[in-house]
Amino acid sequence: MNGHEQYAEDLALYALDALTGEDRVKLAQHLATCASCRLELEQLRGDTALLALSAAGPRPPQRARQRLLDAVAREPRTVIARPNAPRLAWWGWLGWAATAAVLVFALSLWRENLTLQSTLASAGFQAAESARQLDELRKIAAPIIEPEAQRVTLVAAKAPPQPQGKAFYLKNRSSLVFLANNMPALPPQKAYELWLIPTNGDPIPAGVFKPDSHGSATVVNPPLPAGAEAKAFAITVENEAGSPKPTSPVLMMGTGE
Amino acid sequence: MTGLKTGDQGAMAQLYDRYSSVVYAIALRVLGDTGAAEDVLQEVFLQLWRNPSAFDAARGSLGSWLAVVTRNRAIDSLRKRRPETDIENVVLSVAPDLASDAERARAAEKVRGVMGTMAPAQRSALEMAYWEGMSHSEIADKTGEPLGTVKTRIRAGLIALRKAFQT
Repeated sequence: MNGHEQYAEDLALYALDALTGEDRVKLAQHLATCASCRLELEQLRGDTALLALSAAGPRPPQRARQRLLDAVAREPRTVIARPNAPRLAWWGWLGWAATAAVLVFALSLWRENLTLQSTLASAGFQAAESARQLDELRKIAAPIIEPEAQRVTLVAAKAPPQPQGKAFYLKNRSSLVFLANNMPALPPQKAYELWLIPTNGDPIPAGVFKPDSHGSATVVNPPLPAGAEAKAFAITVENEAGSPKPTSPVLMMGTGE
Repeated sequence: MTGLKTGDQGAMAQLYDRYSSVVYAIALRVLGDTGAAEDVLQEVFLQLWRNPSAFDAARGSLGSWLAVVTRNRAIDSLRKRRPETDIENVVLSVAPDLASDAERARAAEKVRGVMGTMAPAQRSALEMAYWEGMSHSEIADKTGEPLGTVKTRIRAGLIALRKAFQT
């Protein structure tokens, strides 16, 4: 679980669809950004399949087989199997910024959808369809946010790689995606903290992150106050639990393009 | 599955013959009603027919995947709600395939053995969540136990099952 023990019990409930309310929403948000927890969820779902084995009973009636085959015969295949080739050719034509903007939008919709699902069970069918479509978008965006994705930063020839961060922020949805490359390794018990610098007031914590072995990191949709106007984003080094206020010098900073 | 993806109705019949008994048993266990279980059986296989790509063979066995999808659909039916989980979102790691009756019987015996070793309160919490579709807060309300205890019991129960199949 690699430091994600706090989600272990909720993951088991999630696998059983027995987690509700705020806990469910929080975990779903975490799952969107955490490959190790998604892997654990898949394992737990496998465990729930084992539980199904304890069901024993009579075979289905013979009429059920014919009923199914009749239905299959009446129903021509309407779903086209997905090719293994890149799914959407237009994707390659999008610029990085546009790609991330789509990603932010998709994830914010997805988050809203989860909230809706937890509070509006009666809208379940439409929510499920919406979740399917948004999950598809999330799969498309996986090369950007998945920790396993290969990330390559191109710079001018002979120039040493420099730490680089890009923040994509939708104020009206309080949605933020931050991608970093070439970040230096951190001392023990320390982490980078991203700050939203508002036009008025103190810096707002916008996520704590540690880069992977390649110096890459991603922050997706950290908790942010609604509608905060961002003048800039900045990064400091803080204790790994995060800090409500910056306590060290700003290492990186950027304003809107 | 290859035949299914090309629209081969014979392939559908073969899959039904192989897996219908486990799908039906799960639906019947949840719903306790043969007519409702038959409806779920029909729905699960029709979903697979309509969208065979929803199952990713690289991520798990078809038998286990059908088991999870069936249980979720049956719980939706039990709780009289519209389907909440899209089958494409059901991803699980490799687990026994349950393709043959003998394989299922051996695995079932092992599961029942593990369940038999659990403390009654743990087994009960796991069964309420799995077979009755109760949320952790509903289980806590029913048993009078703290939410944290319910969570711990359910996870420990699933991990115990996993370990039994790893040895």
